[in-house]
Amino acid sequence: MKFGVVVFPGTWSDRDCGWVIDQVVGAQLQYLWHKDADLKGCDCVILPGGFAYGDHLRTGAIARFAPVMQEIGEYADRGGLVWGICNGFQILCEAGLLPGALIRNASLEYRCEWTHLAVERTDLAFTSKCEDREVIRVPISHGEGSYFAEPAVLSRLEQNGQVVFRYCDADGRVVPTANPNGSLHNIAGIMNKRGNVLGMMPHPERCAEPELGGADGLKLFRSVAGSALRVLVS
Amino acid sequence: MSLDTVDSRRLREVALTPEEYRVIVEKLRRPPNAVELGMLGVLWSEHCSYKTSKMLLRRLPSTGDAVLQGPGENAGAVEIGSGWAAVFKIESHNHPSAIEPYQGAATGVGGIIRDVIAMGARPIALLDSLRFGPLPGSRHHFDGVVAGIGGYGNCIGIPTVGGEVYFDECYANNPIVNAMCVGLVRVDRLMRARAEGTGNSLMLVGADTGRDGIHGASFASLELDESSSERRPAVQVGNPFLEKCLLEACMDLAQTDAVVAVQDLGAAGLTSSVAECAGRVPGAGARIDVSLVPRRERGMTPYDVMLSESQERMLVVVQRGRESEVERIFSTWDLTSAVIGDVTDDGHLTVFDQTQVVARLPIELLTDGAPPRRLAGIAPEPAPSLRLDSLPPLLDPGESLLRLLASPNLCSRRPIFRRYDHMVGDSTVVAPGGDAALLRIKGTRLGLAVTTDCNARYCHLDPNVGAQHAVAEAARNIVATGARPLAVTDCLNLANPDRPEVYWELEETIAGLAQACRALELPIVSGNVSLYNETFPATSGAPAPQGAGGRPRSGPPDGEVHSGIHPTPVVGMIGVIDDYARRLEAGLKHEGDFVLLVGSSLNDLGGSEYLKVEHGTVAGRPPALDLAREATVNRLILAAAKAGQLRSAHDCGDGGMLVALAECCLLGGMGVRCPALRPEAPLRLDAAFFGETPGRFIVSVGSRAMPELQTLARRHHVEISLLGMAGGDTVEFEGQFRLTLDQIRQAWETGLQF
Repeated sequence: MKFGVVVFPGTWSDRDCGWVIDQVVGAQLQYLWHKDADLKGCDCVILPGGFAYGDHLRTGAIARFAPVMQEIGEYADRGGLVWGICNGFQILCEAGLLPGALIRNASLEYRCEWTHLAVERTDLAFTSKCEDREVIRVPISHGEGSYFAEPAVLSRLEQNGQVVFRYCDADGRVVPTANPNGSLHNIAGIMNKRGNVLGMMPHPERCAEPELGGADGLKLFRSVAGSALRVLVS
Repeated sequence: MSLDTVDSRRLREVALTPEEYRVIVEKLRRPPNAVELGMLGVLWSEHCSYKTSKMLLRRLPSTGDAVLQGPGENAGAVEIGSGWAAVFKIESHNHPSAIEPYQGAATGVGGIIRDVIAMGARPIALLDSLRFGPLPGSRHHFDGVVAGIGGYGNCIGIPTVGGEVYFDECYANNPIVNAMCVGLVRVDRLMRARAEGTGNSLMLVGADTGRDGIHGASFASLELDESSSERRPAVQVGNPFLEKCLLEACMDLAQTDAVVAVQDLGAAGLTSSVAECAGRVPGAGARIDVSLVPRRERGMTPYDVMLSESQERMLVVVQRGRESEVERIFSTWDLTSAVIGDVTDDGHLTVFDQTQVVARLPIELLTDGAPPRRLAGIAPEPAPSLRLDSLPPLLDPGESLLRLLASPNLCSRRPIFRRYDHMVGDSTVVAPGGDAALLRIKGTRLGLAVTTDCNARYCHLDPNVGAQHAVAEAARNIVATGARPLAVTDCLNLANPDRPEVYWELEETIAGLAQACRALELPIVSGNVSLYNETFPATSGAPAPQGAGGRPRSGPPDGEVHSGIHPTPVVGMIGVIDDYARRLEAGLKHEGDFVLLVGSSLNDLGGSEYLKVEHGTVAGRPPALDLAREATVNRLILAAAKAGQLRSAHDCGDGGMLVALAECCLLGGMGVRCPALRPEAPLRLDAAFFGETPGRFIVSVGSRAMPELQTLARRHHVEISLLGMAGGDTVEFEGQFRLTLDQIRQAWETGLQF
């Protein structure tokens, strides 16, 4: 499995994702520059956290026009794995690869803290190593991570089972007090209908080793690394 | 312009005294022109020249086996093992933050990051030492500064892992914002900002130059008054996105050998960066052409270009002929770069505007010419003494504990640090909230502990002993993680040194720092001095409505109340642990562990938080500090940590033993049961619970390790006493008080809610 990690100017989780892929998981790592016009044979493309292009105008608003995004859109259409983390999730929403938007946290403040996530889909390439309804502990770090969608979109997401992660308490209860940013339905991560594009606000690459306070994030990387899904790149 | 003809208004504008002007004319053997006068004004400002403090600063120890780079560069550097060097520095951004809290703090962070980048190091951690007036009155400063630090640090992707916040009336109009940055570089790739090699090119990279921040350095060397808000153009605006690109480009650049040196453009902009870079090489000079400087706006004069403090710019000295290589790296990151001049060997900074020479000054006159100011210090009236026997006895330690934990100076800092990304980089193995933060060095077993400390109330009561305490406490915070203290960076924040009492405070502060650093064998490798943290007269809220504007260094009219800050010598310290798997944290870990107090307690209530919160007074003397004793206790803790005897360790600091014990419980999510505390005379009960005797730690130990620890303590001649047993969800001293963890948490976590 070859992971591609996209680097926009202003991206900062690229090195953390790269560290986990290369040093912890031991998978193949390829950085992809925002001006690149091909995905260099990567099997899973990660759009990491940061402030791509300074998040000027609106989070992800400029990044979606980067040359590499054209390729990523086509790759997703062909069923390739695309994984947006934090700023990457925001970019995927702006690019229309995922529905809805991420708006300012309800607290109006940046939040960097640990959260619990209920894993609602374990049949995906991203989550196959998680137990059914497992609660994992993953930190967030964002100012604009409150998931928002029109009521119709939201109910479609729920009906289709596209909600992958929901903020919950340590016991797995999805309650308002466990919601760190005001996301509708406590949504922390969603996928497209096909299940090959995942967007999530929490940072699994920050919790892949116990010395960083937890290693639950590793399950997601291991899931992808072990996934048999390969898409032929023409 | 002779002294007779030079407009005194013009001199005030560049913050030079008539005496300094006379020296300039004498050295140049001609009057300076307007551009030269402006350049000299900024470089001779206190902020850049350290003219008031530099004689005193020589007393600070700055050498040691691990030191790779001491003061005088963009930042200091020490070797930490496995071929790595830690590069670090702390710097103030007090004046800008007083006027425009968000941008003032943000650009403070941006500036210190560039200092570390200039050494070739990748920044890995930020810390911020903050002081404000009491809340809610100083909410405007507090909110803006915290948001500004987060806004910059979060966006650029460097974790903000530590710092401190205190509240006191003396900071109401003079908030303190000190930012520290720590970076890593391979020892053999450490860079110095020296303009070597005649004919090498000077390139300016990063942001275009605008009119922002002209005279910022001079402004930082004045007292704030009612005209200060008119100086808003002297406060710069930060662009962390641009700096992130600059950071990555400089990291790429450091991999090539096309670059001789990199220098940050900070205070005094192009003038100081070129002069300092050349000033570090004997005989070197520089030629620059302002017409080649990429500009943000039209109609800028050479004066504007030379003095602009536009942020996110760097000066790069490039091997002649390899400019295009450097330009390519910058353009990869969509950054503008331009050759603006070259290195010469004539010892002068010559500024051209195309073909016309607009300024020509000896480098030495710029960087080293400001006449040192030798002022006389006079000790002020001592603070009121403290008569312990007049203090009412402690009635309910539990109630006092709750009030102390809820006090803004002691309560949880989580509402602040959860607004900072403290995890990016995948290195933070001890997060903020305990003693020092600890970062692992990837690819090694090494851990780097970082902290900032200063109890300014102690410094107010006795600046010498207070400064020693700042060093001792920082060292204890490092030791509490299991790391050994290695080196120091300091930021000396004081009021107006033209007042003899303040100059005396400066002398005493430096003497105290020097003494403590010598005793604990800690070199000071970088630092910053911020004077004139003073407004007049004292009013709450907005800057004072009186006083004529723009008076350089003039005191308030006689009879008015001074409102200067307490001496606030912030000590930033780093330490190293050989294997971060052996790190310690403050929180209790296991039910049934013994909880011990290491070190002896005395009746140290002078200047304590207990005295302030419970008795409404700031009086007495700070606790006496025995530096040899500090070193011994630190050695004991490190030996016990290395031997794996300790489960947790926490410095006993502000608020005393009981506050520290409560923190161990809160951070560990576990209570403690203790027999009644019955101190032996002459130790008082209030001092046993809340006295702030230094040289103490609270540790927890598994029962099997107890005998070994006792033996080790005896060998070090350090007293250890059993406080109680970890476990349960209450904090209890039998027969004295019993509180649930929830009660304690409630008090601790709501202290900053206003």
